[in-house]
Amino acid sequence: MPGDAPGGRIVVVGASLAGLRAAEALRDGGFTGELTLVGDEPDPPYDRPPLSKGVLLGRTRADACGLPSRRPLDARWKLGVPATGLDPLAKQVLLADGERLGFDRLLIATGTRARPWPDPGEAALDGMFTLRTSRDAERLAERLDAGPRRVLVIGAGFTGSEIASGCRERGLAVTVVERGRAPLIGALGGTVGAFATELQRAHGVDLRCGVTVTSLTGHDGRLTGAVLSDGERIDADIAVVALGAVRNTEWLAGTGLAAGPRGVACDAGCRVFDMYGIVTDDIFVAGDVARFPHPLYEYQLLALEHWGNAVAQAETAAHNMISRGPDRRPHLTVPAFWSSQFGLNIKSVGVPTFSDQVVIAQGSPGERRLVAVYGYRGRVTAAVTVNRAKWLEYYQHLIETAAPFPPDPGAADFDGSEPVPSDVPDPRVLSHGPTVYVTGHLPLLRPPSRRPGG
Amino acid sequence: MSSPETLFRRITDYASRADPYPLYAELREHGVARQEDGSYLVGTYDEIAALLHDPRVSSDPHSRAEPFRDPLALQEGMPVSFIGQDDPEHDRLRRLAMRHFGPPHTPRRVDALQGELVRIAEELADGFGDKERLDLVDDFAFPLPVTVICRLLGVPPGDVQQVHVWADTVVAGLDFTPDEDPEPRRRASLEARAAMGRYLGELAEERRRRPTDDMLSALANDDGPDGRLTQPELMVTSVLLLIAGHETTVNLISNGMLTLMRHPEAFEKLRADPTLMPGAVEELLRYEPPVQFLPQRTPLADIEVGGVTVPKGSPLILVLAAGNRDPRRFTDPDRFDITRQDNQHLGFGSGVHNCFGAPLARMETRVALTTLLARLVGPRLLQDPPEYRRSPVLRGPRHLPVARTPGGR
Repeated sequence: MPGDAPGGRIVVVGASLAGLRAAEALRDGGFTGELTLVGDEPDPPYDRPPLSKGVLLGRTRADACGLPSRRPLDARWKLGVPATGLDPLAKQVLLADGERLGFDRLLIATGTRARPWPDPGEAALDGMFTLRTSRDAERLAERLDAGPRRVLVIGAGFTGSEIASGCRERGLAVTVVERGRAPLIGALGGTVGAFATELQRAHGVDLRCGVTVTSLTGHDGRLTGAVLSDGERIDADIAVVALGAVRNTEWLAGTGLAAGPRGVACDAGCRVFDMYGIVTDDIFVAGDVARFPHPLYEYQLLALEHWGNAVAQAETAAHNMISRGPDRRPHLTVPAFWSSQFGLNIKSVGVPTFSDQVVIAQGSPGERRLVAVYGYRGRVTAAVTVNRAKWLEYYQHLIETAAPFPPDPGAADFDGSEPVPSDVPDPRVLSHGPTVYVTGHLPLLRPPSRRPGG
Repeated sequence: MSSPETLFRRITDYASRADPYPLYAELREHGVARQEDGSYLVGTYDEIAALLHDPRVSSDPHSRAEPFRDPLALQEGMPVSFIGQDDPEHDRLRRLAMRHFGPPHTPRRVDALQGELVRIAEELADGFGDKERLDLVDDFAFPLPVTVICRLLGVPPGDVQQVHVWADTVVAGLDFTPDEDPEPRRRASLEARAAMGRYLGELAEERRRRPTDDMLSALANDDGPDGRLTQPELMVTSVLLLIAGHETTVNLISNGMLTLMRHPEAFEKLRADPTLMPGAVEELLRYEPPVQFLPQRTPLADIEVGGVTVPKGSPLILVLAAGNRDPRRFTDPDRFDITRQDNQHLGFGSGVHNCFGAPLARMETRVALTTLLARLVGPRLLQDPPEYRRSPVLRGPRHLPVARTPGGR
């Protein structure tokens, strides 16, 4: 498709939030050519956040989470058909049903899938679950309806914590096993991690941190429990594996694109790099599978598993796919996400792991309402609120303007807290994968060989 | 006379009521304008938005420095409603009230009113009968919201008129006209507020004995995670909801009709396609916001905004209606465009104090305007500009006389 011609053929691989919003933005932007959406799941695009919340609680049906469409698309849908390969020279996407889809421009929006339990035999036991798709949520909710004696949640990131919260709200006994020192510590650091520990215990979660599940036990093909690294045994008839996500990039193997386990690398305008770091001009990426450079975070490549990022990046990618060079725009959105668990609303802006210090700028853990502000080398880089979301815009502005850390005092509900180390652990010590991946390095976690004087 | 130091005096002058927008444009040119009395006026969108989100800006009248303190606003004995408090107390009280008004705990209270609201609006319109001349304020915009908010809270129909009189007196007290002694009106206002509080307190006691399904029953009986409102808290909170729940909506509806009648093409477009109504209501909230400015903010520290340092304790006045017409934020801001996109106006404020009743106000205005558009055939404004109410804050027509061809539906 030469120049900014509004016609041609565009293929979007991935028919979830990012794929759908990109397709809509392409049409909004005046693209009149052939548009094809490819998705490996059989369902039309649906919203995932409710799956670990309302659906798990039985309040919302899994099949009622369809994403509302913003406009008619006039597109061809290939649903339930995974893409299996890409021929960048012939400009064709290969599909599992043998079809080859030619394109002038391609958008990769294949997202992630749940990281499976590493032992396939144990993973096949009846009672083992992951939670990523609508089908997963439907099956898990059914099993929770049946009233299991105990649910084991492996991994205490956001998904694991929300599942534990949903189980407790249903009155079910829950054990959470996390290899790190605290729930949510990987994304939010030690201060909020300690808060989350208190929160889970206060809600009756049997929380085991600093241990791992070494094996799962079964009888007659059914899960019966788990053995932990400290020798303890847990009886459970359901286990939910919440070990984070795997990026869906295998189909791009051998294409020469910069695609791998950490995602598909792109420039600030969502154009995909090849393995030599040379930018392609007709292949774009958006959503959970993308790794993109962010100026607020030293142009390191970020990979974000955030709803809002998927939407914003899809819109930028779509715009750039149908715009000439000087009209293209960068994807600069400040990362943001939310979670609801144990009756609290947790929201975040910026990248909390990109920090060396944190201060409670408003409220306190004791009142279960707080704003934690994160800083790196004297500038504000992130903020997390617990039941205080309406203040986030202020802190987002501080992040965008690289305001000094700690922020100026003066808030009516600031209790004089001093900054403390943000205590962000190396992701390798966690059960769950990080939901924000700062690819280059975490500020305080440089490999020993690169430490100055080391 | 046209020094930026006198802008607030000129804006509040009753002579400016019909069209304060040129003064707002002048204010925007000065960004943050210090007034002769030491208060600060802000009229640009970005600066207002930043201050609305800044945790160092207080809504508590106690935060004012000594010379700016208003003894009447600081009356002992009566707790302050959450609109005049800061976190964490503001958050606790607002959360306790919100539990029984909106999502996530009470997602359907507002929606459930829709049918009733349509019925009330139709009844009021039926009351037009064959009259060729109407006052859209007295005949429609005034009675509608008070009936609705009373129904929502659980005030019996027989008491609505009394509540209405109290609410009027309270609002008259919020008014300020320079060069006039505000004392008598403010005293009457406080008395009305107290009488209203006592009345609602007694009603709540009744609901404790015999709960019904209205919001007052819920407020009086619920024990949520934050505990229960004390009796005085319940009284001031329900007074706040009653007053805020109707005085502002009256203006939104009557400003709305005035604006639509001044823009006949928009009027006809909306009548032909009611699905445009939600966007039209947003544009009205931008173009003629029912709350023109927030006069009650105070910085808790020296705050720099728009290149000016506003000292701790100074009165800070955020002119929402000026921000809503800021050309740096809105394309062609003085144009009334019911299909405007990207319309994040300040009509409901923003931040932690953003309008509590916004979903109700939106629904009431949609229903009210849809009903009026269907019923008014060949409407003409009989007086333009109409006579305005005194208040420069809650700005709107006192009367809106129109002529029409009778009988339309």
